[in-house]
Amino acid sequence: MNAHATGAMPEITYNFAYLDEQTKRMIRRAILKAIAVPGYQVPFAAREMPMPYGWGTGGVQVTAAVLGPDDVLKVIDQGADDTTNAVAIRGFFEKTARVATTTSAREATVIQTRHRIPETPLTENQILVYQVPIPEPLRFLEPRETETRQLHALAEYGLMHVKLYEDIARHGHIATTYAYPVEVAGRYVMDPSPIPKFDNPKLDDCPALQLFGAGREKRIYAIPPFTRVRSLDFEDHPFRVQRFAQPCALCAATGVYLDEVILDDKGGRMFVCSDTDYCNERQEAGHRGEMAGEAGRASPSPQPSPLRGEGADGALNLSPTGKGRPEGPGEGTWGVPTTPSSAGDPGSARAAPSGMTK
Amino acid sequence: MIEQPLLIAEGLSKNYGARIGCRDVSLEVYPGEVLAVVGESGSGKSTLLGLLSTELEASAGRVSYRLRDGRLADLASLGAAEKRLLMRTDWGFVRQNPADGLRMAVSAGGNVGERLMAVGWRHYGHIRDEAIDWLGRVEIAADRVDDDPRAFSGGMRQRLQIARNLVTRPRLVFMDEPTGGLDVSVQARLLDLIRQLVAELGLAVIIVTHDLAVARLLSHRMVVMRHGRVIETGITDQVLDDPREPYTQLLVSSVLAA
Ligand SMILES: Nc1ncnc2c1ncn2[C@@H]1O[C@H](COP(=O)(O)OP(=O)(O)OP(=O)(O)O)[C@@H](O)[C@H]1O
Ligand SMILES: [Mg+2]
Ligand SMILES: [Zn+2]
Repeated sequence: MNAHATGAMPEITYNFAYLDEQTKRMIRRAILKAIAVPGYQVPFAAREMPMPYGWGTGGVQVTAAVLGPDDVLKVIDQGADDTTNAVAIRGFFEKTARVATTTSAREATVIQTRHRIPETPLTENQILVYQVPIPEPLRFLEPRETETRQLHALAEYGLMHVKLYEDIARHGHIATTYAYPVEVAGRYVMDPSPIPKFDNPKLDDCPALQLFGAGREKRIYAIPPFTRVRSLDFEDHPFRVQRFAQPCALCAATGVYLDEVILDDKGGRMFVCSDTDYCNERQEAGHRGEMAGEAGRASPSPQPSPLRGEGADGALNLSPTGKGRPEGPGEGTWGVPTTPSSAGDPGSARAAPSGMTK
Repeated sequence: MIEQPLLIAEGLSKNYGARIGCRDVSLEVYPGEVLAVVGESGSGKSTLLGLLSTELEASAGRVSYRLRDGRLADLASLGAAEKRLLMRTDWGFVRQNPADGLRMAVSAGGNVGERLMAVGWRHYGHIRDEAIDWLGRVEIAADRVDDDPRAFSGGMRQRLQIARNLVTRPRLVFMDEPTGGLDVSVQARLLDLIRQLVAELGLAVIIVTHDLAVARLLSHRMVVMRHGRVIETGITDQVLDDPREPYTQLLVSSVLAA
């Protein structure tokens, strides 16, 4: 992009939120259909966005279509507001839509996310937009699109249980910890995107509208507010979320999703909230974890640890330890080498990419 | 026979463009009966099997099937959901190439359990127990239940296909050259197993083979195909011992390499 306001050069003017009105109308129609048929994947004519697919172009297009001038936007990536990806997308909408942005889940009216649902309970006045790499939950066992469409149409979801069966056969328990399949409104089985299964219960009966956008695969799906969302399981292996042995080292929160942060090369580490906004808010309110002093208020945002899962073959990301992060060349991963700006590598994840932000 | 036919084909034809796959075939299959379809390569055996199982769309003719409630249904009139339910519960399919009939990256237990899960089984322990039971019936040791078929021999893969299909107690199984590509001794063992299961479960089977010995061993009746048509049909032993058609005589006398 060459929109830098340098010197006397006039700034390039974009249509509101970058996409032209006709495209936004088309996307809104897909969104309305998705809301009308909860969990159903609606095809849409995804547009090229001025960023690589790995940056969540599906989510960006959905956000662009639902955003109004009075909205307040929050963008999170793995729970943090300050990763390259989050900063870039936030900057993109600041520039193209001139909307107010925030890091506060409370203040936001639209939240675009990758890999997490905020710990702060959402409200009826909010829309949560997910970036989705692979929308088809049946894909890993049934690569034929014609066949998966049939299976959805006829609600033949035995295959989904074959996947869970295999997990138990191999690991002794359901080892799928990310992108854990759910049944929406008693009908369609849906991939909630690579959020930790820890977040699955938040999908259920959520007051906010939840929209899912897959750019490369050109699919939009939705969970309307207050919809029943059930995680698939077996009678003798019921769905369970991950548990953490200790509270957040910074804010002492329990019952939240924690990330492991490596402190030094001598095995020093701590567990902190993956949701940095939530963690900061608690610290500001005076909550103190056992390492709050040492680490200071800087709240070391957890590094995306060696990325795992989501292989190119479309296999679900399995993270047997329950602590890993999804990885691989799916949408929403670092370093997808496409134009116009390269996304950088995981090591430079905090650096703003050239050409993306002001 | 007093019993009513399980499957009735009338005037089935299939054209592949200008080429004839199968021409005006009518036949009936009775419950518990094994029907062999024989003929040389290219005679239309697989095409006929595809038409009977409705995996191929016929250019003309129809196939009717007696549902469990006794109703004889024109398969073309069944809805997609009803037909698929039929195919994964009341029918079985054993393919020549195991990769076409198995999920090669899924464990043996998962392969056998798939149909159970498809019809609503949701208890892991019960599914696994049933899978192990069926593996035993096809002579696969219980300790292989978590291995995937890539680690299995050709004969084991075919036996796994059979278990995977029979677990829902189908009434009709379609087999296309199930012993093709196997060593002779492995073939013999598989044929024995099929024969025993067919008798035990009262299965009807439509089996395509170019091997008359397979037809002799397994089938009650057979149809002989040539150039897409059925040219002779009858009790297996009669057809093989006393073929009427000159072409069948050539086949039986092994003058023709089928
Ligand atoms: N998909 C297809 N497209 C065009 N022609 C086909 C197709 N499938 C089969 N045919 C033709 O239809 C005829 C019957 O083929 P079919 O596969 O049914 O024979 P077959 O008896 O099963 O032979 P084989 O013993 O070699 O398996 C052949 O002439 C074949 O070339
Ligand atoms: Mg054939
Ligand atoms: Zn915290």
